[in-house]
Amino acid sequence: MNVPDDLLYTETHEWIRREGENVRVGITDHAQSELTDVVYVELPKMDRQVNAREAIAVVESVKAASDIYAPAKGTVVEVNKALEADPGLLNREPFGEGWIFVLKIDNPDDLKQLKDAAAYRQQIG
Amino acid sequence: MTDTVPKKTPLYEEHVGLGAKIIPFGGWLMPVQYTSIVEEHQAVRNNVGIFDISHMGQLLVSGPAAGGWLNTMLTNNIDKLKVGQGQYTFLLNEAGGIIDDLIVYRIEEQKFLLVVNAGRTDEDFAWLERYRLKDVDLKNRSANFGGVAVQGPRAAELFHALFGENVNLPARNHIADLDLEGMRLSIARTGYTGEDGVEVFFRAEDAAKFWNAALKKGQAVGIKPCGLGARDTLRLEVCYPLNGSDLSPQRNPIEAGLGFFVDLTKPNFIGREALLKTKENGSPEKLVAFRMQTKGPPPRPHYSVFDNGERVGEVTSGTLSPSLNYGIGMAYVSAPHATIGTRIDIEIRGQKFPATIEKKPLYKKS
Repeated sequence: MNVPDDLLYTETHEWIRREGENVRVGITDHAQSELTDVVYVELPKMDRQVNAREAIAVVESVKAASDIYAPAKGTVVEVNKALEADPGLLNREPFGEGWIFVLKIDNPDDLKQLKDAAAYRQQIG
Repeated sequence: MTDTVPKKTPLYEEHVGLGAKIIPFGGWLMPVQYTSIVEEHQAVRNNVGIFDISHMGQLLVSGPAAGGWLNTMLTNNIDKLKVGQGQYTFLLNEAGGIIDDLIVYRIEEQKFLLVVNAGRTDEDFAWLERYRLKDVDLKNRSANFGGVAVQGPRAAELFHALFGENVNLPARNHIADLDLEGMRLSIARTGYTGEDGVEVFFRAEDAAKFWNAALKKGQAVGIKPCGLGARDTLRLEVCYPLNGSDLSPQRNPIEAGLGFFVDLTKPNFIGREALLKTKENGSPEKLVAFRMQTKGPPPRPHYSVFDNGERVGEVTSGTLSPSLNYGIGMAYVSAPHATIGTRIDIEIRGQKFPATIEKKPLYKKS
């Protein structure tokens, strides 16, 4: 399973890429492979203020709906509209075109709570 | 459900070997999917798919009084069955509530095979045992037998590839015994996908041999092993009910829209009085099929149904239909609102999405 070294990870299978003051967030290859056949993505509202571990998006497969959590406190500054027309991007390019949202984070120190690639690899076995 | 450790079907190792995702279902460890629910679904709609149905219960009822007695336990009319024929039917409680939906086959003049839902097998057996007459023999052979469903427009081709061009496929809803490479098989022309196909029952020790023979011969017709995920989307597109979701002891066949499988002209069967009352007074709610009007989130069980802002029912089954590419589902809706063409709303995470009550089945072969 692909777990890129340059990303951070949550227990709940989101990946986080630092982009200056912002973080880009998606779900991991492992998560998309567990979900399979993503058929709908509910994106967070732009400018929404979110807390760490708050459920702010929903990814639905044929079988079930799964919450996606904010990895840190911040504000939603970008959402991936392409997922509305083509939710399968999440399966095909989980770390690329399948990103879900971008947060402007309040405090970069919050990211210290997150896992690095090695720790996430260990979690998913 | 069950608190005990889930059981493994005789095909469990095959599923693991094929890389299936395994989940507990009805007391069994079952493959939910091998590669992708959508791919497996399309294999069954376009070619052929094979499902492990070894978890389903198999009960045998025999003896001189077996037919007459079963007619007092089940809703459909056993007398209509010739040897080798089967019918869909219900096992009801006194209140008319559904204990189980099943298929009963007359396999000999005085011997019947009941194929029941995995999670209800023990309950069905106990219920039947409680009412059993002295000269009726009742056996639960589930542990020693397995089965597969082979479903899809090319299932007949595969049947002939396995058994020979000159061997007749049983007629719809018929069952026949056939031998193949030393295996004794019972083959029924039934299924739960809306496609042509067969269900094959065998002794547990023959399970892997038949499964692999079918997969091998099936390559030429595009066979795919299919899990419970595809089984659910396939059955829901054609509006076949799922026990535990669309059917329950709190629901009767009339409100589920399945009165066709109830013969109220029979003088007596358990639940008959209650059903007559429902027929007379009308059921307060009806099970309807619906389709979402927009490409929003798929409906799921327990979502609320609204008509003009008034809550009128609850979804019991829902998914994204791989064939229609729209959300579909079934819901119990209060009778005045349960008419075909009614515009309803499904509430999903606090937001209402438009849907229409449709005629069953939701998917029909073009």
